[in-house]
Amino acid sequence: MDYAVRQQGLSADRRPLTKRIADASAPYLYSAPALILIVTVMLVPLVLGVSYAFRDVQLLNPFSGAFIGLDHFRALSQDEAFFRSLRNTLWWTGASVLLQFAFGLILALLLDKPFRGRAIAQALVFLPWAVPSFLAGLNWAWLFNPVVGPLPHWLYALGIMSQPANILSDPELAMWGPIVANIWWGIPFFAITLLAALQAIPRDLYEAASIDGAGAFQRFLSITLPFLAPTIAITILLRTVWISNFADLIIVMTNGGPADRTQIVASYIFTQAFKRLDFGYASAIALVLLALLLAYSLLIVILRQWLLSKD
Amino acid sequence: MRAKSAFLTVAHRLAILAYIAFALFPLFWLLKVAVTPNDLLYSEGIRLWPSRASLEHFDFVLRHSAFPVFFRNSLIVSGSTAVVVTILASLSGYALSRFRFRGKYWLVTLMLLTQMFPLVMLVAPIFKILSPLGLTNSLTGLVIVYSAFNVPFATFLMQSFFDGIPKDLEEAAMIDGATQFVAFRQIILPLTLPGIAATLGFVFTAAWSELLFSLMLISGNEQATFPVGLLSFVSKFSVDFGQMMAAGVLALIPACLFFLLIQRYLVQGLTAGAVKG
Repeated sequence: MDYAVRQQGLSADRRPLTKRIADASAPYLYSAPALILIVTVMLVPLVLGVSYAFRDVQLLNPFSGAFIGLDHFRALSQDEAFFRSLRNTLWWTGASVLLQFAFGLILALLLDKPFRGRAIAQALVFLPWAVPSFLAGLNWAWLFNPVVGPLPHWLYALGIMSQPANILSDPELAMWGPIVANIWWGIPFFAITLLAALQAIPRDLYEAASIDGAGAFQRFLSITLPFLAPTIAITILLRTVWISNFADLIIVMTNGGPADRTQIVASYIFTQAFKRLDFGYASAIALVLLALLLAYSLLIVILRQWLLSKD
Repeated sequence: MRAKSAFLTVAHRLAILAYIAFALFPLFWLLKVAVTPNDLLYSEGIRLWPSRASLEHFDFVLRHSAFPVFFRNSLIVSGSTAVVVTILASLSGYALSRFRFRGKYWLVTLMLLTQMFPLVMLVAPIFKILSPLGLTNSLTGLVIVYSAFNVPFATFLMQSFFDGIPKDLEEAAMIDGATQFVAFRQIILPLTLPGIAATLGFVFTAAWSELLFSLMLISGNEQATFPVGLLSFVSKFSVDFGQMMAAGVLALIPACLFFLLIQRYLVQGLTAGAVKG
């Protein structure tokens, strides 16, 4: 019978050979331009960058380029600034992601209810998402600047600050500047994603629950949260990776200062490449960052497998 | 019971208003300082609106600074990137949506991975590759780099729009004798116009905002894009707050226009992208 089916299949395929080749190659032709671009502009530089990590590559020194083994990594293990940037990255990423998520979730819940003017309210609260990140950074840097910005004066009037000073130049507080800007800029992303997930929850579930006498908070715990959980998990995972690499706001607002207190790993890599023009050392740090991110993603995947197998 | 629900409604509206105020306040302040004349800037520092508004900063920025050049450069780079990416992503998104082929899994994995790894890693090697080709300090170089960065996300976005169009349509056309490419171009693409508009908008906004690679690759004033120009202006003339903010307001305009255009597709589009990449 198997043979008969194959016979039939063969006799059905009466297309000439050239046409069959054309049909088989069609998906490759459609995806080739995009693939070629990705490979040449992202994959090739990635491999090259990995090789730089083991070479002495300095832009302004034409005699550099020699293979130097693990020298960069030895220097890195002694580099205080690198370890400080690692700690700053944890702080920057943790605070930004958690607060963006918390405020984004509240906003999504608020927008999930129908009310008059919802469309316009939604457009207005999502607007920060469209603001270019360099402009968001500059904008907040100006707001924190006591010369033109109101924030230091308000904090002073509230008694939180002893004098209207710029928190961006205070080593203890400087990191809060980029974090606040990041929260402002990132709330819409979480709100949009969570709102879409909320709107996919079947409405009759809520009706059935309230007929059974469940209160609003109970409905949230037993219907909303379980439905949102997969979206929350994947959004937080992706956002954590993305924000830990997001150096724009820091480079614009503080440039890593004062005294490296706001330097994260990503901005440290950029500073090494852009200011010091030491491409070899920058690539070595980048390689360490990549390894850490891979380890983090792997950990999440393993954790997920473990949780799934436990159920 | 009624009092309680009225209270909840008021609390809900107040919370929404608080969010709107938080979202808009920084942009409002940008505009406020941009229209404050220099002599009032310090004396009326934290007033919500100056007693006298003027457009002198906008006038200066448009006529006596290099910002119109930066603006034009950014428009060229973002526009070209948006067009190139949308064409490539329609093709590859169509392949992912309509075909099953060997290597598809690897293609999707590669595109997902490019969304995960730190692009700042590529700053140095890309500079080294583009420099001998004469593509540093050139708008073409920026368009190539930005196109590659945006193609994966745009592909997933276009794929989700193609997935929403029934297959029968092009099958019917192909029975009538059209090749698949003709069916794609004449039947499927016109139906995905909203998707194409959303992709153009997303990519334009992303390219308009990019900072690190344009800082690294562009050095002269003639080729500077808006972010590079504004940052160099800030470090050189850091006391001309009015002019800087006027320039900032101008940089905001194209991004906001595109945002308003794609706003309707935002929830749909971002979800498609967020779930897959």
